[in-house]
Amino acid sequence: MANRTETLPAATVEVRRSSGLWGDAFRRLRRNRLAIVGGVLVILFVFIAIFGPYLAPWPYDYQDLDAVLANGGLPLPAFSPGHFLGTDELGRDLLSRLMDGARISMTVALVVQFVVLVIGMPVGAAAAWFGGRTDSWLMRLTDVIYAYPDLLFIILLSVALKETVFGKALDGLLLVFVAIGLTSWVTMARLVRGQLLSLKETEFVEAAQAIGVPSKKIISKHLLPNALGPVIVAVTLGIPGAILAEATLAFISIGATPPRASWGSLVADGQPWLRSFPHLVIFPALAIATALISFTFLGDGLRDALDPKLKGKQ
Amino acid sequence: MLTFIAQRVALSFLVLIGVVFVVFAVARILPGDPCVAALQERANPETCADFNARFGLDEPLPVQFGIFVSDLIHGDLGESIRYGRPISEMLIERMPVTIELTLLAMLWATTVGITLGVISATRRNSATDVGTMIGANIGVSTPVFVLGLLLIYLFAIVLKDTPFALPPGGRLTSGLVIVPLATSWGLEDLAGIPRVVIDFISNMYLVNSLITGQWEIFGDAFVHLLLPALALGTIPLALIARMTRSSLLEVLGLDYIRTARAKGLANRAVVMRHGLRNAILPVVTVVGLSLGALLSGAVLTETVFGLTGLGKTITDAILGRDYPVIQALTLITAMIYLVINLLVDISYAFLDPRIRVQ
Repeated sequence: MANRTETLPAATVEVRRSSGLWGDAFRRLRRNRLAIVGGVLVILFVFIAIFGPYLAPWPYDYQDLDAVLANGGLPLPAFSPGHFLGTDELGRDLLSRLMDGARISMTVALVVQFVVLVIGMPVGAAAAWFGGRTDSWLMRLTDVIYAYPDLLFIILLSVALKETVFGKALDGLLLVFVAIGLTSWVTMARLVRGQLLSLKETEFVEAAQAIGVPSKKIISKHLLPNALGPVIVAVTLGIPGAILAEATLAFISIGATPPRASWGSLVADGQPWLRSFPHLVIFPALAIATALISFTFLGDGLRDALDPKLKGKQ
Repeated sequence: MLTFIAQRVALSFLVLIGVVFVVFAVARILPGDPCVAALQERANPETCADFNARFGLDEPLPVQFGIFVSDLIHGDLGESIRYGRPISEMLIERMPVTIELTLLAMLWATTVGITLGVISATRRNSATDVGTMIGANIGVSTPVFVLGLLLIYLFAIVLKDTPFALPPGGRLTSGLVIVPLATSWGLEDLAGIPRVVIDFISNMYLVNSLITGQWEIFGDAFVHLLLPALALGTIPLALIARMTRSSLLEVLGLDYIRTARAKGLANRAVVMRHGLRNAILPVVTVVGLSLGALLSGAVLTETVFGLTGLGKTITDAILGRDYPVIQALTLITAMIYLVINLLVDISYAFLDPRIRVQ
């Protein structure tokens, strides 16, 4: 009797590396086409913001007066030699000015969200953790700030502090950034509070409390990291709001001191030329819209990736 | 239900007191002498002392606050430093445009937004759905002033001299004059609150021309409001469409919808009566919140389209350090916002019995 000893082939089970929350999220994000487009554009904007001055064909405040005079004192239209997107009536290159504007918009995104995190997280965390009277006072405070018209508050603050050292920092921009941040942290505080309130009821926090972990450590080690996903999404989705607010203020001439120009003030400057040289409005307008939509797509994608249950919501 | 409403009203009232305080404080924090801003080169220590006495600016701050609150309770909003006119008079003149503009924008945003949302949700992943949602994302990402300028460029410049041309700004074509209601009803001797009400309504050109049958003016006023309302309403429209879609999609996945379909109900009845009615709650919130936000959007729309409404008045007041006007208008905006929030809360309880009980 022949022994039929055959070795069984090795199990063809593919060993899937275990991936955590972030790995899974990243994989889902990569499959979302709109989010990738948004992400690539965001990287492009950030790149321009950092390296813009070295890439721009002209300094943003250089006046090519010869070209304008040769054109009868009028702005150069788009696709003119030497000025790809044309110039304004002072001969300043629109493309270079847009690239400098990207710097302003991306800094707004950064500074405002920083202020939002620094104020919103502690307030929300304190309200959720201490509860009771602290909670209701903090929440009434956010109610009052919520009811106070945002735009008005920012305008008031920027006009009020314009002449101070603080108001002149960063070409007058720092003040605007901080003012926008001061009106935007409320949503973050509410979000963090809501997240922490639900996390506070979970078993692992109860366990930590039971073995006597101090509350500061529970907040920083257990609660905040678990609330991080929604916070990241809120930050990303808050960026378009901040960029929009800055552009809006610049449009009514509050913010950067000339000759620096933000996208919003470029639109405002182009407005009188709308009839004959619409490119002076259209290109800055496109820049604003593209930046806003890229961050929105990226933020939506992040939300879907971090919390698939929510997919397609809002 | 009544206790619920009473609680909400009391809470809003508390927040309102907070806002009154903040409004007062913020206006005082503004550096820059209001006297210098108002009198300009005529400002010297003597004229400024007179000026400050006239507007009560020489009193200590707590006293100023007391006067401010007691005047408010008596319905006196104060006097504009810059124009030397009662603020209530300016409001009667300027607030109606903003209200007409906002309501028209909201009408356009809710009707079109909800319709698009329902279509998207019922034909999920169809070309219409994808198109609407990409459109909604673009809509949310377009600043009001950019959209306003693009609309002006398209309808007032590119399409000029075609039947689609629309006017780029103003309230009426020059040459047209609207007859005030007090005149057309022969009530010019009327005074007091009834007169205020009549003048207020009279300045809402659409309403005025509609009730007095001035059709040519009605058409003209409407056409002038079209572009601003389109510009102002687009962001809320996009938000409403997105919210309707997601909320309806969630509801349509529930068991009772399957039951309704199994019963053989027509698709239309399932979606409209069973689906939409239960999906509308979050949409109401978005509508309420956008209505509040529309008022700040009005600042820009009015600038772009050259309308003299609340928004324009507020920007002028801030740039001219017109304390009383800043205070009054901030307060009014905050109050409108609180009332809208209150209405949203109450409509919640009305639409969803579970909230009443909590």
